[in-house]
Amino acid sequence: MSRHEARIPVGTGALDAPVFAEPWQAEAFAMVVALHERGVFSWGEWAERLSAEVKQHEAASDGSDYYERWLAALERLLAEKGLAGHDEVDAVTAAWERAAHATPHGKPILLENDPESARLSNIR
Amino acid sequence: MAHDHDHHHDNELDPMAARVKALETILTQKGLIDPAAIDVIVDTYETKVGPRNGARVVAKAWSDPEFAGWLKRDATAAIASLGYTGRQGEHMQAVFNSDETHNLVVCTLCSCYPWSVLGLPPVWYKAPAYRSKAVIDPRGVLAEFGVTLASDKKIRVWDSTAELRYLVVPQRPEGTQGWGEVQLAELVTRDSMIGTGLAREAQ
Repeated sequence: MSRHEARIPVGTGALDAPVFAEPWQAEAFAMVVALHERGVFSWGEWAERLSAEVKQHEAASDGSDYYERWLAALERLLAEKGLAGHDEVDAVTAAWERAAHATPHGKPILLENDPESARLSNIR
Repeated sequence: MAHDHDHHHDNELDPMAARVKALETILTQKGLIDPAAIDVIVDTYETKVGPRNGARVVAKAWSDPEFAGWLKRDATAAIASLGYTGRQGEHMQAVFNSDETHNLVVCTLCSCYPWSVLGLPPVWYKAPAYRSKAVIDPRGVLAEFGVTLASDKKIRVWDSTAELRYLVVPQRPEGTQGWGEVQLAELVTRDSMIGTGLAREAQ
């Protein structure tokens, strides 16, 4: 048995352990459930896509990056279906990041707070 | 093009959080998701579905032979009769531990898991270490969880799929004759329903 063999991150088995480490994980999870219920993809299709992502060799052996893989799988599936292209996601992500920077501490972060959003909507 | 400044701003969005927000924005604008529905799903999985559902199924199977028989024949229907139904249209199969056989569930493909009765999977269930080792060396896996079985006990490993998911019904602990379902359910742990643990002993 190799010394470097990955240990299984055995938990406590408690019935009430938190299910998400961060809110974005919960949102990414829920989006997949919602899109499936709307018929955007079948569950088998989703499982196949997720499986491909978690099988990549750079995936963390302790599963700690599971929801990052989950999100990557969702993005690829949406891009394949022409529902949200990579460039579009990048652009809106950047807008959210600018909005966060421009929002004073203690105020909710809104996409409208993006200083460039006014300019963008003028162009449209 | 402006380069990134690393000094601290008032508000920061974690890069993953920003991407999730971006997807939510795009999908909402296209009418594919409703943010209110997303909140309901999150709340459901954070507070309403979890291994307590499965514990109730197991406790009922322990105390009601007719229900146990139904659970063996048609787990999907028996579990649905308690109000727990899968959202992905998946089928359930209950696998019963016995004196001869211990059952262990894994998803080698990704992380298929019986959400309706166990909630969302723990981190270790999704970890490659568990997913690969459960099939090759189930006894070694059980040892990592602190479970040692008699050497002549068979271990059956069940590989979940998107369509078929398993619930392990652990053996009922000794000394629980006459216990009610609520009391029995307290002895059922999440791990005992995946097969990486046993039910708690009666105090």
